[in-house]
Amino acid sequence: MAVTATSRAGARAAKPARPGRRLLVPAWSGTVPFLAYVAVFLLWPTGIVVVDALKNPDGAWAFSNITELGSPLVRGYFIGSFKLCLFSTLTGAVLGAILAYAVASGNPDGVVRRLYLAASGVLAQFGGVTLAFAFLVLIGPVGLLFHASWYFDFPWGIGLIYTYFQIPLMVLVFLPAIDGLKVQWREASESLGASAWQYWRHIGGPLLLPAFLGGSLLLFANALSAFATIQAWEDQVAYVVPQQISTALSSEVGLSNVNVADLLALGMVIMVAIVMTGYALLQRRAARWLR
Amino acid sequence: MTSSPITGTRDAAARTAVEVRMEGLSRRYGPVVALDRLDLTVQPGELVALLGPSGCGKTTTLRLLAGLEDADDGRVVVGGRDITHLPASRRDMGMVFQAYSLFPHMTVRQNVAFGLRVRRVGAARRDERALEMLDLVGLSAQADRYPHQLSGGQQQRVALARALAIEPQVLLLDEPLSALDAKVRAQLRDQIRRIQLEVGITTLFVTHDQEEALAIADRVGVMRDGRIEQLASPTEVYSRPASSFVAEFVGLSNRLAGEVRAGQVVVRGVALPLVDSGTPEGQAVALVRPEAVTLASPSSPEPGPLVGTVIAITFLGATSRVTVDLGDVTVLAQLQTAEAAALPTGSRVALSIRPDPVLVAARSKPAPVPGDET
Amino acid sequence: MAAVTSAGETPPGATAARRAGMQARRRRRLNAFRYAVFAVFGAFFLLPLLAMARFSLEGARLGTWSVKAWRDIASYQGTGIPPLLSAIEITLELAVITCAVMLVLLVPTMIWVRLRVRWLARTIEFLCLLPLTIPAIVLVVGLGPIYNKIQHISLSALMLFWVYVILALPYAYRALAAGLGAIDVTTLSEAARSLGASWFTVVVRVIVPNMRQAILNAVLLTWALVLGEFTIAFLLLYTNLQVELFSISRNTPNAGVLFSTSFAALAFAFALLAILSFAGRRGGRRSRYRP
Repeated sequence: MAVTATSRAGARAAKPARPGRRLLVPAWSGTVPFLAYVAVFLLWPTGIVVVDALKNPDGAWAFSNITELGSPLVRGYFIGSFKLCLFSTLTGAVLGAILAYAVASGNPDGVVRRLYLAASGVLAQFGGVTLAFAFLVLIGPVGLLFHASWYFDFPWGIGLIYTYFQIPLMVLVFLPAIDGLKVQWREASESLGASAWQYWRHIGGPLLLPAFLGGSLLLFANALSAFATIQAWEDQVAYVVPQQISTALSSEVGLSNVNVADLLALGMVIMVAIVMTGYALLQRRAARWLR
Repeated sequence: MTSSPITGTRDAAARTAVEVRMEGLSRRYGPVVALDRLDLTVQPGELVALLGPSGCGKTTTLRLLAGLEDADDGRVVVGGRDITHLPASRRDMGMVFQAYSLFPHMTVRQNVAFGLRVRRVGAARRDERALEMLDLVGLSAQADRYPHQLSGGQQQRVALARALAIEPQVLLLDEPLSALDAKVRAQLRDQIRRIQLEVGITTLFVTHDQEEALAIADRVGVMRDGRIEQLASPTEVYSRPASSFVAEFVGLSNRLAGEVRAGQVVVRGVALPLVDSGTPEGQAVALVRPEAVTLASPSSPEPGPLVGTVIAITFLGATSRVTVDLGDVTVLAQLQTAEAAALPTGSRVALSIRPDPVLVAARSKPAPVPGDET
Repeated sequence: MAAVTSAGETPPGATAARRAGMQARRRRRLNAFRYAVFAVFGAFFLLPLLAMARFSLEGARLGTWSVKAWRDIASYQGTGIPPLLSAIEITLELAVITCAVMLVLLVPTMIWVRLRVRWLARTIEFLCLLPLTIPAIVLVVGLGPIYNKIQHISLSALMLFWVYVILALPYAYRALAAGLGAIDVTTLSEAARSLGASWFTVVVRVIVPNMRQAILNAVLLTWALVLGEFTIAFLLLYTNLQVELFSISRNTPNAGVLFSTSFAALAFAFALLAILSFAGRRGGRRSRYRP
């Protein structure tokens, strides 16, 4: 190699990367810009939320604020969120799993699979304002398909809309698990005398269960965090926690409402953190078997 | 229940060892013919190894027998029963796959007992039987471990135990050793053969490794392009190959030009007997095994048809392969390493060819240009 | 071979006729199920989109056709809100800026960590995936004070890019990590360094060109995210595309321009992700080494 390198290149290699001074900074300083950025725009706001949630309007510490989360009014919003999340997660997870199975059991290189995967990528992100519009003109009061009298009922109408982006998300998360079911397991089970039902009950089912539960938890967190869609669907009444946070933030009544928003935000973060931890643990178990 | 798990199983198998007969099996994948009217009969208690290059149809044969694929034509008869249209789950065969076939979420014990569970055998009896089988393969200590905690060789032994636990009529092995390290392969190969003989079960073993096939089989079936070229005992396949494909696939062969005359072939001045006495007379290419070639220092310095120079030595452990350049052709000789050490690269050597019966290559191939060994 | 017939056997000739095998039958049943699933789900996903498309072509009277809604995109001006076109402009500019900042922030950092500061890899990954657990609705509560300060410097909606980069982190990180994982960064950089390249050259001329596909992925995902973002813009009182559409819908619920714009935005996002998945295949095939 030394034969082909020019003398200039050889000389460059002999010097440190920056000509002149020797650098004495540690290697990790290269990550400082990134860490600083994340600290300012992610960690600091989160810190503000947590701290302000536990303070009184006049600035004094009030850890008892946490008990406010149990008050009937606040509980109502969390129950509302829970209902909507449960409904859209159940439908999204089950239907998504069925669709994922249909996609996975086809030609791995086929057009259908690529099409559905690309579509899932888009539709999982397609939420918010535009989705609410689309359903409004489909089954709303002047709906093109028909008028669903339950369209403005909570949680049915909005739950259906949520299902629209929950299903593709489930497909994206669950498909790799189905792919991970090795064909040898099916064949071994068959040659040992098991019927299709027995295979799914003893082998396929148990192996897919962690991934299914994990996916469901992800869907739950996703529905919990959603705001734009339900706001566009109906913004006069606050049914769920995100909407109440919005109301608290935009309300004109002084500082006390900021604390309400912080408190609700804190409650949300705790819920989502618990759900996401469960998701991470289940994904690890699924990955171990279905690598 | 007899005292020994092995004799218990062996008695059971000996009572019911079955014949496996495949008649006229054909299988096509679009334009590709995987199996072409294959006929194969495995005698009760026999181990037949199917050997051949990739794509020759050996795995297809096994999978057709297992019921994991459908035949386009022909039939499969096991123990006198036509099972061609029986689904895989009712064929009562034990199958060992190349890799990854153990259920990862079950312990070793649960894996082995799975076939019994599916047949609704009671929990106590299941457990008993599973431990019997684990004893047979020497893994009872690992009964409560998970597959990912075992080595590749151990996993395959569990797979074998699982296949035998259901007391199948036939044992099918699809390249079970291909994914393992060389050392483990040799040990496991012998163990499989030992167990198969103890249990006495009719077995079909697919492999691309000729050493494996020759070492363990009662009969070897060499396959090419969906057909069996030769089905015979290992010794016969090796020393009396039925075609040049078999001769060159199983073991190495030197291709030497010669002339067939009066029931012999004369190669470079040496007369060698023929495997097939019906070989037509005339110019021919003889296939000579490297171990039939011996080397010595030349008695006279003059060049001759059997005098050449050593151009390479490949050390293989106990034996060594010596490549000799005879001027117009290159010849491989296989010697004991101690002998090969006396003939360093560049030295002049004289060849002699042992008069083992040789096969003469079919004339449909054009005679190779002297010096062209491929 | 002579066939020896024993009692109970059927003669060979009778079963030689070709019959549909069990595996083939099973495959056919599976395919019937799959096509049924695709049909049902396909309809479910297409109907709202079709309704939106139809409504965007609706004329003055119900049931008539007109492209007015599409022409209005360029000229629409609702009462008390900025023109639609300016909102579109702002959003597109935001997308570009966010992508640029995201790449400059993430790519060097990830490469640097992979090469020199391995022990920080877990931390970086955790920080990048954290936004999934701290939803936008929570983040915006804590961002209030920070954006108050930013607004002293600039009132432009373009300042949203600061937080958009954070929102994009999980998706961009995963895309870039997949790209980095597919190439042997350490070996490539060592080889380049031993030939005399500076660190800058290593990153820009050796590693980044090999990550083209992953970078494209990250950029497209970030674009889709920025185009669809509503929550933070809305609650920080900025106007971007989604907020504008929301405002229009509250003023004039059936404005045709709502549907034409939504449909255009969606079609654009779909096109982006279609590029992603189909370009991915071609690129992959080209770069895969075939022995």
